[in-house]
Amino acid sequence: MNAVAPAARLPRLETTGRVAFRRVLVSEWTKLRSVRSTKWSLAAGFLLTIAFPIIFAFATTSHWGTMSPQDRAGRHPLEIALAGVNIAQLAIAVLGVLLISAEYSTGSIRSTFTAVPTRLPVLWAKLIDYAVVSFLLVLPAVLISFFATQAILDRHHILQISFTAPGVTRSVVGGALYVMLVGIFALGLGAIVRNTAGGIATFAGIFFVLPPLMNVLPLSWNNAISQYLPLEAGSQLFTLHHGAHTLRPLTGGLVLAAYCATAIVIAAVLLVRRDV
Amino acid sequence: MIEARNLTKDYGDKRAVDGLSFTVQPGIVTGFLGPNGSGKSTTMRLILGLDAPTGGDVTVNGRHYRDHAAPLHEVGALLEARSVHTGRSAYNHLLGLAQTHGIPKRRVLELIDLVGLHEVARKRTGQFSLGMGQRLGIAQALLGDPKTVMLDEPVNGLDPEGIHWVRNLLRGLAAEGRTVFVSSHLMSEMSLTADHLIVIGRGKLIADTSVEDFVARASQKVVLVRSPELERLELELAGPGISFVPAAGGALEVHGLTAEQVGDAAARAGIALHELSPHQASLEEAFMNLTRDELEFAAEMEEVVA
Repeated sequence: MNAVAPAARLPRLETTGRVAFRRVLVSEWTKLRSVRSTKWSLAAGFLLTIAFPIIFAFATTSHWGTMSPQDRAGRHPLEIALAGVNIAQLAIAVLGVLLISAEYSTGSIRSTFTAVPTRLPVLWAKLIDYAVVSFLLVLPAVLISFFATQAILDRHHILQISFTAPGVTRSVVGGALYVMLVGIFALGLGAIVRNTAGGIATFAGIFFVLPPLMNVLPLSWNNAISQYLPLEAGSQLFTLHHGAHTLRPLTGGLVLAAYCATAIVIAAVLLVRRDV
Repeated sequence: MIEARNLTKDYGDKRAVDGLSFTVQPGIVTGFLGPNGSGKSTTMRLILGLDAPTGGDVTVNGRHYRDHAAPLHEVGALLEARSVHTGRSAYNHLLGLAQTHGIPKRRVLELIDLVGLHEVARKRTGQFSLGMGQRLGIAQALLGDPKTVMLDEPVNGLDPEGIHWVRNLLRGLAAEGRTVFVSSHLMSEMSLTADHLIVIGRGKLIADTSVEDFVARASQKVVLVRSPELERLELELAGPGISFVPAAGGALEVHGLTAEQVGDAAARAGIALHELSPHQASLEEAFMNLTRDELEFAAEMEEVVA
């Protein structure tokens, strides 16, 4: 481990470049792939997104004979296929927060902003890199889990649904899109809060604590408001049937995207203004 | 070239940097000296635009740092606090920074060899010793072949061989015409490395001078006297701004008067002097003399001189 005696003269650098957005994109990609825990988390998220629905499908087939008609009616093939989205969103959200908060906790943000002192390109690059990675990771995972669960259910000739049936393709791709948007939102929260625990807690509060709290409101208020919360609105992207108090898939997706945009805009303003 | 004009930074109620104005010239090593907590690191963060000044202004090579199109070619900085992701290898850390400017991979490898981290370049930096972390920081600072090099406490944690290497490196960089700005809380280190000194205390400028002038100015009014009638001499010399410190062997250090003034006063009073010598202060003593009035420093000085 001992360092060898180094030379004392600095060799000249022949080429000189300037900071460009495409270069920041490449830099952030290097940073994303070069932390071991990030790679493991992504791999685990990918596998769980597939494994969870498969287990769900096996459990359904093994209990099908003893299930009541109501229970059978409650099982929907698409819900089984996309059961992994809930897991994927957790993994992607936590990583989204970490992607920025870890820069602050380790101090590497000072190096980052010394290389790119205008700062905002770093945020956009992280955003694009992470959105692409999370979408390209979750899309194959939900496609695999759709066809795998259908194959398992098919052996018992139950709960069959065609990939080309109305709304099915949209729901499967929508599941990946939803996870990607959750990742963007979490990244924005990470940049606002700049602290891992705080960022994850804020995310959990908005996504998982706020919705049940709505039950204290009068029913009419609850019905009117709840559909616009990020989890409920975004979930419509991968839900086949929509009720009276839920948004359409496109509207729901746009509402979640609006939350993302809000978080990112706040993050951008703070990023430029705050000391590092 | 670094130019600070009336640079001021408040953190809440505390003023960390207080109206600093100085210019760091190219071609020499400029030492940035002050006790821990005197505002050196804050000043460096202000120079890099990591923190925004409360007042005043600072430019590097003629522009605000953030206005440079290729900042890594302008300024290479080693910051005191760790600024590396502990889960990333030294190679990938440097590569990520290099890529923002299109600096090729071979430059990253070249710098890793230069600082002697070849064997550990693929290890996560969280496993690095303080010395290895400093070497990585120096590699980072030099990555873009910068016109201005700014290092915060670069010899911290380095072994004697490493310290020697850093000194030679800094002198070499200055000889090539670069601006070299190095902070330290250790006087002895600065006296070996720096040509010029910018000294601060409690965020304020105390001195901006060459190393020789700094010592000369601080020592010109310290005189060592030996006499059989020291007590009477003290009474003759006493006055505002003048103080006495007992020295080894029954001698007396007179602060605030020149040798001429002491000699004349002794002659007038008919006091015999056995020794009268202007005292050549070391850099440490010069620093202490200049900051003597700053009571807050008293305790910190011990650490500086150590």
